Amino acid sequence: MARVMVAMSGGVDSSVAAALACESNNEVVGVTLRLWGGESDSGCCSVSDVDDARRAANALGIEHHVFNLGDDFDKHVVGPYVEAHSAGLTPNPCIECNRHIKFDRLLNRAKSLGFDKIVTGHHARITTREDGTSRIARAKDAAKDQSYVLYMLNQDQISSLHLPVGEMTKDQVREKANSLGLRVATKPDSQDVCFITREKGRADFLAKRIPLTPGRVIDENGSEVGQVEAIELVTVGQRKGMLLAGGKGPRYATSVDIETATVTVGTSEQLLVKVTEFRDSVWSAKQINGEFLVQTSAHGKPETASVQGGSLTWKEPHQKVASGQSVVFYEEDQVVGGAIAI
Amino acid sequence: MDIYLDHAASTPVREEVIQAMLPWLSNHPGNPSGSHRLAREARRAIDDARDNVAALLDAEPGDVIFTSGGTESDNLAIDGVLGAKGGRAICSAVEHPAVLEPVRDSGGIIAPTDATGRIDFENLSFLLDSIADISLVSIMMVNNETGVINDIDMIADLITEKSPESFIHTDAVQATSWLDVAELSKKAHLISLTGHKFGGPKGAGALVLRDGVNLSPVIRGGGQERERRSGTQNVPAIVGLGEAARLIKDERSVVHKRVTMLRDKLENGLIENVSDTSRTVPDGTPRTPGIAHICFKDIENESLLFLLENKGIYASAASSCASGAQEPSHVLEAMGIDVKVAEGSIRFSLGIATTDKEIECALEIVPKAVEKLREFS
Repeated sequence: MARVMVAMSGGVDSSVAAALACESNNEVVGVTLRLWGGESDSGCCSVSDVDDARRAANALGIEHHVFNLGDDFDKHVVGPYVEAHSAGLTPNPCIECNRHIKFDRLLNRAKSLGFDKIVTGHHARITTREDGTSRIARAKDAAKDQSYVLYMLNQDQISSLHLPVGEMTKDQVREKANSLGLRVATKPDSQDVCFITREKGRADFLAKRIPLTPGRVIDENGSEVGQVEAIELVTVGQRKGMLLAGGKGPRYATSVDIETATVTVGTSEQLLVKVTEFRDSVWSAKQINGEFLVQTSAHGKPETASVQGGSLTWKEPHQKVASGQSVVFYEEDQVVGGAIAI
Repeated sequence: MDIYLDHAASTPVREEVIQAMLPWLSNHPGNPSGSHRLAREARRAIDDARDNVAALLDAEPGDVIFTSGGTESDNLAIDGVLGAKGGRAICSAVEHPAVLEPVRDSGGIIAPTDATGRIDFENLSFLLDSIADISLVSIMMVNNETGVINDIDMIADLITEKSPESFIHTDAVQATSWLDVAELSKKAHLISLTGHKFGGPKGAGALVLRDGVNLSPVIRGGGQERERRSGTQNVPAIVGLGEAARLIKDERSVVHKRVTMLRDKLENGLIENVSDTSRTVPDGTPRTPGIAHICFKDIENESLLFLLENKGIYASAASSCASGAQEPSHVLEAMGIDVKVAEGSIRFSLGIATTDKEIECALEIVPKAVEKLREFS
């Protein structure tokens, strides 16, 4: 019998993951992380999510603990998120949370407390290959697939992880929750960034932490064609919110220069690139060069590219990847690694 | 075997208290504000309880206001005095949030403490000299995390000298089990108590007044408790509170001696058997017998509490927030203790019912758990 710690967010996926872990005859303990001490859509310290997790654990008859990793979350997720915006980058805080909090701090704590594995409710699968190595693979439910945000996991981490809902569709997960009488069966999926409220939004959150700079928008010829309220909030590829004077056809942000507070816009063709450079690459087993399917956002369509060293060359011209976004490399439906676009 | 070492959070209801409460949960329907015989019975029960609480504090029964517990008593003391008198409040930085929040919200001043967590006299003196509109000073008798005792008499003398119009409130919630609260609070104008820290039930507390303090009510309605706290009294809980007050008054000195020995045994045993371990509170600081606050170097207290719970030991660290997570301690921060050190600290709190066997077991289990965590890190 294995001892497993289930990371329970209070949502339906991790609640069902906990239920499945129980059914597999494990010794199961549920843990909810208290990460963000400020406002959120589920109350201060996400208290209603913690309540949901606790009640799911009670319904399953397992112990439930709350760990306060708020300082680490501030340091590794919120702080870098704010800094990235300040530097004109497009951060992905969920990925940093997985990298530094769930699969580092929490996993290490679970091990130090004598647990064999941690279980999460991510929609992704783990496949073991002939050479004995394992990889994160896409979920059964393609629309809910979260393999993208797990690209940073190495062999050690994957071998300590169990992802039971990756084998199920979201409908099956909800049915399972319903059949177990879990109150979260119909709880809506969480959206967006957990430490930013839907009501106040990203601009308000950042405005309280960094100065936001009004910027000008120019076209490829250098003519001023519009303004933005905050250069720090503009992402390459963005179309809306730039107060563009009437023009011919849609225009997109093709580059953001934080120093001069200037956004350059262009047509969708002008947004295309052949090469994307990256940094901080990580690999599930060892670094490999070659042709992969590359995904550049959480639910983006993967496209073929050839990865060599620190850059990838797209087979067909590809929309420019905003600096700071993760690029994730797949072999068919398996994650082989990933990196952060420069 | 369950070893409960979280008595400062809540201590079990004593058997005598349960027996005293039971009739009032079953066959006494009367509302103490009513006029018929059954109502008068209920009224008499809470009056008897009022006498017991007044006797515990050497106060007049008419100056005992029953509340729902420590938080309400503290809120009523701060908001009630400011509401009636105006002005602003000063409290110490290590007060319970039930004091800190209303003081903060009303524009009051949070005064620093020294390294023991006791109010810094020099600074308090300076504040009283330099701020004209102070009408209330709230300093806890015993800190809930460390058990450190403030000298309320000395504080009162200072306030009488510097700000004679000010009232003095003391949160004595953590003192009742151990100390002669009547004597120690004789110069205070308002004193907060709660039942579940000394053998009474949860949900019953009192704010006790001295010297004709005028309060504006926080909870308004039917005018119960002499117009100072409306709402039908929680008769069974108040009866329990009164019984607990009666019992503790007689037993306190014996309990004090016995639990001090157990606490010292626990602290000394841990410090001897676990390397890099120390008392959080500087030696020689006056404190109650109930709390052993220990810093284990290079340990995360959340992890240690988890392992201890698995072995049947229930303790805590700092305080819990609404989500149930451990929050960094504002008390240790005010004492100037490094965050890293505070992160490795645990509060073991003992109660009247704590036994020598429990301490022996804890001394077996805790060092092993610490060792296990240190091996991993």
